[in-house]
Amino acid sequence: MANFAQQVVSGLASGGIYGLLALAIVLIHRATGVINFAQGEMATLSAFVCWTLLDHGWAFWPAFGATLALSFVGGAALHTTVIRPIQNGPLIGIVILTIGLLIAINGLDTWIWGGASKQFKGPFSTSPIRVGGVAFSKQDIGVIVVAIACVLVLAFLFERTKLGLGLRAAAVNPAEARFVGVPVGAMLAVGWGLAAALGAVAGVMAAPSLFLDPNMMQTVLLYAFAAAVLGGMDSPLGAVIGGLVVGVALNLLGTYVHWIGGELRLATALALILVVLLAKPSGLFGRTLVRRA
Amino acid sequence: MSLLELRDVGARYGEIRALHGVTLTVDEGDFVAILGANGAGKTTTLRAISGTVKTSGEILFDGERIFRRTPEAVARRGIAHVPEGRGTFTTLSVLENLRLGAWTQRGESARDLAHVFEFFPRLYERRDQQAGTLSGGEQQMLALGRAMMAKPRLLLLDEPSLGLAPLVVREIFDTLKTMNERGTTIVVVEQNASLALAAARQAFVLETGRVVLSGAADDLRRNESVRRSYLGY
Repeated sequence: MANFAQQVVSGLASGGIYGLLALAIVLIHRATGVINFAQGEMATLSAFVCWTLLDHGWAFWPAFGATLALSFVGGAALHTTVIRPIQNGPLIGIVILTIGLLIAINGLDTWIWGGASKQFKGPFSTSPIRVGGVAFSKQDIGVIVVAIACVLVLAFLFERTKLGLGLRAAAVNPAEARFVGVPVGAMLAVGWGLAAALGAVAGVMAAPSLFLDPNMMQTVLLYAFAAAVLGGMDSPLGAVIGGLVVGVALNLLGTYVHWIGGELRLATALALILVVLLAKPSGLFGRTLVRRA
Repeated sequence: MSLLELRDVGARYGEIRALHGVTLTVDEGDFVAILGANGAGKTTTLRAISGTVKTSGEILFDGERIFRRTPEAVARRGIAHVPEGRGTFTTLSVLENLRLGAWTQRGESARDLAHVFEFFPRLYERRDQQAGTLSGGEQQMLALGRAMMAKPRLLLLDEPSLGLAPLVVREIFDTLKTMNERGTTIVVVEQNASLALAAARQAFVLETGRVVLSGAADDLRRNESVRRSYLGY
C-alpha cells in the first residue's frame, strides 16, 4: 500500500511535467491549428539556459525567473520571425517547419553544451518526507506544486484578464478579433511566448531527475502528446489532467505489470494515443462545438 | 463636416475588380444607406473602409488618411464594422463578446455594458450563454451591442436584416436610429432597399462597382429607376 501511494505521487510529479508540456502544445494548437513538434526541444534549450545561469553562480529561483522571461521572449520572437511569414500557407508547411526547428535546436544544444549528460541541481532536495508510513520525495511534491501553480496562473490570465480575453478571441475567430481592434499577430506571438515559458517550466522541473542532455525532452514530448490527445487537443484542462493520468498510469503499469516494466513505457503511451484516436478522437475534454443550425 | 470620404477607391479580389472608383462622402452624424444588387460592390465598399481588402485611391477619416490601414488600426480610430452573418465569437459567452467590443476602450466599461443591456434585455438574460447558441436575431443584437461597446464614431453594418424576422429587424433598425440620434454616424449596406431608405437620411446606389446615384433618401425613394430596380413598384 505504501509503495502504491509512493508510485502515485511520483507518477503525479512526472505527470505534472507531461501536463505542462501538453498544455504548451494545446495552447499553440488551439490558437493556430499547428502541432509544434519543437516544443520539447524548446524546453530543453530553456533548461540549458537555466543550467548555464546556475553554473555562473545564480541562485535557483532568480535563474528560473530569468529563464522563463527569456523563453517567453524567445517563443514570441520565434513566432514573429519564422512562423508568422508562413502562417497563411498550408498547414503541412508549418508542421514540417516545427520538425526542422526540433532538429535545429537539438543541434544547437549539442553544439553549445555538448552531448554529455549534465547534473542539474534542482530547487527541491531528493530527500524523503514521511507521511504516516509512506515516504514521498520532496522533489516530487515540489514539481506537483509548481505544476499546479502554473495552471492556476494561466487559468487566471485566460479567464480573468483583458489580455486573456484577447488571446481567446484571436484563437476563436481571428478575422472577427481584428474588427474589434485586437492585434491578432501580437496575440499569437504572446501565445507562443506563453507556450515556450510553460515548456521552460517543464524542462527545468524535469532536468534534476532526468539529467540534462540535448535529447532529454524527446520521450517527454511523446508522453505529452499522449496526454494532449487523451485530454483533447483543444482543452487546456484536458491537457493537464491527461498529463497526470498518463504519468500515474505509466508508473503503476511499470510497477505492477511486470512485462511492461521500464522498456515498454513509451510503447504503452503510443498505444494510448492510438486507442484514444480510435475510440474518442476529441479526447476526454475536447469540445464538440455546439452550434445552432 | 465630412467624417468619411472615399475618393476614386478601387478594389480587387485577385483578378476580379470589385470596385471601379467609388467616390462618396459621409457627413458627421449622418445615417447613410448603400444600395445595390448582388455583386454591385456594397460589401467590398465596407471592407475597403475597414481595411480588409486591398484598395487603390484615397480613404479619409476625419480629414486624415488612416495610417497603416489594418482592421485593428481602423477599429482603434473609432470605426466599428459589423460584417454580414453577424460574426460573433461563437464559443465565448455573450458577456465576453461584449467585453471584446470594448477592447479599444480604456478603463471600466460597466456603464456601457448596462447601456447595451438596456437596449437588448434579452442579451442580459443570456449573458453567460455561449454566443453560438443564440438565435439569429439575438446574434445580430449581440453584434450590434458589441459595436456599441466600442463607442464608435462611425458604425458600418453589412446586411443587418438578413434572414431575420420582421419584428427583430424593426428592433434592430430602431436601435440604429437611436444610436444615430445620440451622435453615431452610420453606414448601412442593405438588400432591403425600402427598409434602408426609410431609416437613412442619405443614400448611394452602387452598380458594378461604381456609385451611379446618390442623394437624400426621401428623393431616392421617389426616383423612378430606384423604385423600379430596388423597391419593386
